[in-house]
Amino acid sequence: MNAIIFSAGWGIIMMFCSFLVKNQSSYRHIAAVGLLVLLAANIFDTYGVDFFHIDSGKMLAYTRFGFVFNSIAIASTLIYVLLTGRDIERLGRYTAEFFTLVFFVLCGVCLLSAYNNLLMLFLGIEILTIPLYILTGSDKRNLKSNEAALKYFLMGSFSTGLMLMGIALMYGGTGTFLLESSRLQSNLYHGISFLEIVGLLFLLASMCFKVSAAPFHFWTPDVYDGAPSVVTSFMATIVKVAGFIAFLKLCTVRMSVTSTAIDWKLIFSIIIILTLLFGNITAIFQQSVKRMLAYSSISQAGFMLFALFSMNEYASKGLLMYSVAYCLATIGLFAVLVKMKDVTFEGYNGLAKTQPVLAATNAIFLFSLAGIPLTAGFLAKYYMLASIIKTGTYTWVVVAGVLFAAISVYYYFRVIQAMYFKNGEPQMESFGRSFKLGLVVLAAIIIIVGAFPQALFNWLYF
Amino acid sequence: MIALLLILIPVIGGLINLFIKNESSAKAFSLIVSLIVLAVALGGIYTSQADLLHFDISWMPDLGSRITLELDGLSKILSLLTAVSMPVILIAVYKDHYPDAGKFFGLMLLCQAGMLGVFLSMDALLFYFFWELALIPAYFICSIWGGEKRIQVTFKFFVYTFVGSLLMLVAIIFVYFHTPDHSFALKSFYNAHLTAAQTQWMFWLFFIALAIKMPVFPFHTWQPDTYEQSPTAFTMVLSGVMVKMGLFGVIRWLLPMFPQAASSNSSIIVTLTVIGMLYASLIAIKQDDMKRLIAYSSIAHVGLMCAALFAKQQAGIEGVFIQMFNHGINIIGLWIVVDVIEKQLGTRKFSELGGLAQKAPTLAILFVVMCLANVALPLTNAFVGEFLMFSGLFNYSPVMAGTAIICIILAAAYTLNMIRKVFYGNTVASTEHAHDSSFNVNAALVVLVILVIVFGFYPQPMIDLTRETVQLFITKIS
Repeated sequence: MNAIIFSAGWGIIMMFCSFLVKNQSSYRHIAAVGLLVLLAANIFDTYGVDFFHIDSGKMLAYTRFGFVFNSIAIASTLIYVLLTGRDIERLGRYTAEFFTLVFFVLCGVCLLSAYNNLLMLFLGIEILTIPLYILTGSDKRNLKSNEAALKYFLMGSFSTGLMLMGIALMYGGTGTFLLESSRLQSNLYHGISFLEIVGLLFLLASMCFKVSAAPFHFWTPDVYDGAPSVVTSFMATIVKVAGFIAFLKLCTVRMSVTSTAIDWKLIFSIIIILTLLFGNITAIFQQSVKRMLAYSSISQAGFMLFALFSMNEYASKGLLMYSVAYCLATIGLFAVLVKMKDVTFEGYNGLAKTQPVLAATNAIFLFSLAGIPLTAGFLAKYYMLASIIKTGTYTWVVVAGVLFAAISVYYYFRVIQAMYFKNGEPQMESFGRSFKLGLVVLAAIIIIVGAFPQALFNWLYF
Repeated sequence: MIALLLILIPVIGGLINLFIKNESSAKAFSLIVSLIVLAVALGGIYTSQADLLHFDISWMPDLGSRITLELDGLSKILSLLTAVSMPVILIAVYKDHYPDAGKFFGLMLLCQAGMLGVFLSMDALLFYFFWELALIPAYFICSIWGGEKRIQVTFKFFVYTFVGSLLMLVAIIFVYFHTPDHSFALKSFYNAHLTAAQTQWMFWLFFIALAIKMPVFPFHTWQPDTYEQSPTAFTMVLSGVMVKMGLFGVIRWLLPMFPQAASSNSSIIVTLTVIGMLYASLIAIKQDDMKRLIAYSSIAHVGLMCAALFAKQQAGIEGVFIQMFNHGINIIGLWIVVDVIEKQLGTRKFSELGGLAQKAPTLAILFVVMCLANVALPLTNAFVGEFLMFSGLFNYSPVMAGTAIICIILAAAYTLNMIRKVFYGNTVASTEHAHDSSFNVNAALVVLVILVIVFGFYPQPMIDLTRETVQLFITKIS
């Protein structure tokens, strides 16, 4: 409960700051302090110190897994704010409001990691996405940003409608909104009701939309490309992974008990292959690194979908590892990207000569995304592949998956080729030494987690 | 402990070397590091304390992976090859100029560490880690210091091997879930319970990865381009040592893990490799470029080793163990000469060369010795290995052996033709002002020539070194 209340509370504090604190640059410091407080509060909660003791009537269920994920999400946001705080200020006059919305999004993230009731799922998704509609349009005078916001809003509200419909149908089928213990209720209906299946299919569609899985991914490239880069960095990482955490819970509880009535594995294998296919093939043809990263986020989502397919302990661990590997690497890449004046591949030409530290850390982030050993990204992919292989069926999905992973090397390494093997003078915004230090720390975390995964997993047990 | 040092020294040395700005000190430092590695490797071969050769520590308990390194007969001979070739290469290119020399030689050492890791790992996941990590420095070296088409060519090489290794990763994970104790240890992998159909699948997933690395026809298309475009110092590493990773994988992992599948598929694979040998030899005859000729000749040689392995005859396998070392030595010698000629005269084309023996007699003599070793003339080191491999292959199938022997004749044809066109005849415009090779090149070549002749006359130490492992291997796979 700590994290939910602190994040909402600090969001309100940030709102008041917007007229109480006049100094523009102090907002990001307040936000960083807030995130630290939030992180501490969540860690307290992990070890059983709950400041609030609110009875949610089984609507929320706290697990160690959820707490660890909260910590990862909050820590990633902290890193994000520290690395790109200055660039957020360049966006416009409403910096404090920007951070307010970030805190509200985090509140939604914390709800999603703990929900035990379909209404809470709905609430979490809405708290998560409504601030994002605003953030996407936060570059007010930019037509592309406005277009992206409108697109995102229209498509997003449509998928939310689907979700509500699905929840209603599931209620009709089982007689409860609760995720767990619902089986007792549905047994009254002699087996699995048809309404529940249809409801789950609706939910599946809307969740696929939220995590940009094919064939519901079409909004992603336009929105990610149109939104200001600092926003894309946030919504492509933390928000997306939170969607997966919610999705995984839905799958492990509701879909696994209905698997006698409908072959979820087949459905997910089709979604996985489609997502990997669209994400990877279109990413190859991009000329802009930002748009490439948008498509790459679709293809990475394809790998995260492996967890929903297999739903075993490898899947949940793998999703945690994926959230670390993917969030940190993508935040790092975007942190450098927002400093670039030219975000096409050519804009990166010769970066290794002029900015060796930036190029080296960027290379590590790209290695991690491509799944090269000794980075967290490798272990993330490893767990995902292992989770399906452990189920013993559908091994062809794994083989197809690794072939797509090999394709992804093509576009990730194009950035490395530009940075290291081509000549040019990249134009960049100014940045300080602390920025470089932040990137180095980020790269170090990726390598340490990649070499010693127990650093992360021990948290689940101790 | 020795096993760990063999990896740690080049890693640390390489990382330090990346930051050395001064060219000559970078070269000197990397040479010293590589000599230390050589000393440690020799220590590993001659030590009598068995516990020094073994290293084992818990690493990823969650996954069931440990850092297990061991020097047995197979890894001894390949570590020795890696450790010998690196200082020889560094001496041979000591006077060449490389921009950002610190980074170049640092990456070379990191690559050496990766290869040593592959040879020493006794844990499947660790093996995979090193397998991939050896590739990253290779990618950067070839793409930064290579020829004009380097970026595309190296990328092709990278993607090819990356696809292969990902398929291997799938197989490794699959076998892991079927091991009795859920561990990545080599022994558990040997005892995995798989059905016949699963074994077939896993066999092919593994084989493709190794076949790409070796390379075996039809997965060889990256190889001539990469050898041609990468900087010659690194081509030596690639062809001398790195391709042995593929053969090593077959010996250490593939054959003992899936002996039945290997037997049932051996006819396909031997046929493929023999076709590949013939094909590569025929193409080699038509080449006008020294680098490409040697690249194709290497495909033929590695193909023979692969065929001898899958023929599963004792003599052939003994031959492969020896030949892995000898082929590395010989091909590095050839590349050194090519590098000297290219650096001095600016061309590698036969049509633009000739009569070099008059201008560079020492180089000519040393090159002829290396060439004779390449065609496996008796009393050179390669003869022993090739003879054993052919006798193994002959026991397996006389037809295949007969076809493969044609390649020996072709090898003599193209190699001697290369000597004739480059070193004999009249001097041409480009060789008019050529001069003899410098001291460091001669020194490197003399070391290699001594190895060629010593192991040609007296191959017994090498056979002794590997005998035990060969026996173990044969009992495993039969």
